[in-house]
Amino acid sequence: MLQESIPNVARLVEPDRVHKSVYTDEQLFNMEMERIHERVWIYCGHETQVKKPGDYYTVQIGRQPMIMVRGADGTVNVLYNRCPHRGSMICGDRSGNTGEFFRCSYHAWTFNHDGKLKNIPMMESGYKDTRWTRDNPDTNMKKAARVENYRGFVFASLAEDGPSLLEFLGPSKIAFDDICDRAPAGEVEVVPTCFRVIQNSNWKIFLENQLDALHPSVTHQSTGRAAREVEVEIEKKTGKIPLSYHMLSAFATVTIDKWDNFQTINYPYGHCILTGYMGLRPQDPDTLAYEKTLTRAYGEKRKEEILSTNIHHVLIYPGLSVQSPLQQLRAVRPLGVNKTLTEIWHFRLKGAPEPIYRRALAYYNLVNSPATLINADDLENFWKIQTGLGSDGGDWVSFARYYGRDIEKNGVVETGEGMGTSEAPMRNQMKAWAQFMAKA
Amino acid sequence: MAKKAAKRIVNKPVAKKPAAKKVASGKVAPAKGAAHSTQHAVEQFLYRQAEVLDAKRWQEYIDLFTADGVYWMPADPADKHWDGIPSIFAEDRNLMTVRMKRVLHPDAWSQRPLWGTNHVVGNVIIEKESPNGDVTARSRFHMMELRRDNVRHFAGSYVHELKKTSGGYRIKQQRVDMTNAQAAFDYVLQVWV
Repeated sequence: MLQESIPNVARLVEPDRVHKSVYTDEQLFNMEMERIHERVWIYCGHETQVKKPGDYYTVQIGRQPMIMVRGADGTVNVLYNRCPHRGSMICGDRSGNTGEFFRCSYHAWTFNHDGKLKNIPMMESGYKDTRWTRDNPDTNMKKAARVENYRGFVFASLAEDGPSLLEFLGPSKIAFDDICDRAPAGEVEVVPTCFRVIQNSNWKIFLENQLDALHPSVTHQSTGRAAREVEVEIEKKTGKIPLSYHMLSAFATVTIDKWDNFQTINYPYGHCILTGYMGLRPQDPDTLAYEKTLTRAYGEKRKEEILSTNIHHVLIYPGLSVQSPLQQLRAVRPLGVNKTLTEIWHFRLKGAPEPIYRRALAYYNLVNSPATLINADDLENFWKIQTGLGSDGGDWVSFARYYGRDIEKNGVVETGEGMGTSEAPMRNQMKAWAQFMAKA
Repeated sequence: MAKKAAKRIVNKPVAKKPAAKKVASGKVAPAKGAAHSTQHAVEQFLYRQAEVLDAKRWQEYIDLFTADGVYWMPADPADKHWDGIPSIFAEDRNLMTVRMKRVLHPDAWSQRPLWGTNHVVGNVIIEKESPNGDVTARSRFHMMELRRDNVRHFAGSYVHELKKTSGGYRIKQQRVDMTNAQAAFDYVLQVWV
């Protein structure tokens, strides 16, 4: 009976199109949480979010409320936010410091930062001859099956088995290498502001938009043109164009036909890269001063390598969009089949001069804040897509742009020359989706 | 039962009030406040600003700011100055102009639907008045927004740093601490609050 009601996922994904129910069906959503988000590597946060022992940050992995916490020994642990006694969440706040141990607010069970039981009130008398003995591992807060930290970025997987984090990321680990290598000290520090914005749409709609190189000049032309008009005025008055205006006006000056000049590279497990278009290596005094600090840290040759890494977005499936040259990321937390939370963070490059941070900050404020000049129109589109997909006006979502003209080598799919607006990233994501979903 | 409860409340010990400052006549002195004329002028300015905003008279709204004026909505209530830190809004007149032009552009898709706001401003307190007439004023706002069929409510406080000019007050800085800003945003803000 139950078996019959499980959707046949193989029938929902074809190489160039996807069935609409993939975005609208509650049962499929729960399957996705079980077979994708609660199984693969999910980004929890940056280790500098929890600097001191006892510092914690709560995070949602699939449907599971989790806690990322720094232990006294410096390890970052990821635990289920649940007391083993009666099931209460241990941390009700989004972040904080729990002191030397966690203490449940219901019956005062206490736990170390690694989840291990510290004490149960009346343990000797109340729990004599019961299953709750100190050596029973069920008295501990449950830990995420696997936790790995790559260059300060902490991931957890709720499945015991599966590829290691680096095997999973494959070449998409360049997101973290690029952001860290751009720091003269080789590492980044999180800025402790998290912008949180809810999208009234399925989580996959956001991911598909991230590498959709055709949409910016359509969706964002109003802001692009407005910024262009104002930057022309500023240039008349001051002789200079602030880079922050360029970040916005590029949406209009890079016209629809020019987007084909860029490229997407698509990797196993659904990860993808969109190459850069903003020309973020101006030759102003601030940039030149920064380049000198990089030369001192790495030498001339390595500096050139680092600065010529040409990335706009790295999409790490199924829930992280990293803009490494702009030092920011968006983590995607599905809340329901038609509701998705994005958590938006930015970083300081350790050892880089202040103006380089200011550049990232401008993008963070203008594009990624809750008063965004850009994403407002994306979110409007997402809501329209979600609502439109509920209709019986059609059953399929098409990803056919430049289909059949991708170049595939050793499992890596590159869009052909002059085909940057190819829907290859969406095809790649859905291919991975179907593979994940096929495994019970 | 209800009577008993009521009695208990009445019988609760009353917190000791701070001793009221007596003046020579024996009457309690009023709190030291700004001149009524200043209070009135600032209130009128704030009400008019809210009206201009709700009427979508964007250029007029921007013109309420001085040439170096800044509209600032901090990300964190503990923030002291907008420069160099993440903010929800931190806009000079140039950026405000970008926002206005975007909103007015025919292809600003998210601006197309029926959309309107209603601001109520109150609790106006003159924090400081300089000899040259410049004023720092605190106030509270409540805003209801309708977008398509959805209603959202926003509330918080303003701090206006007002410069007195021959043409009336102009805003050197408007700080907006919106209580909602500490929670996740369901959708985003498209114009100033």
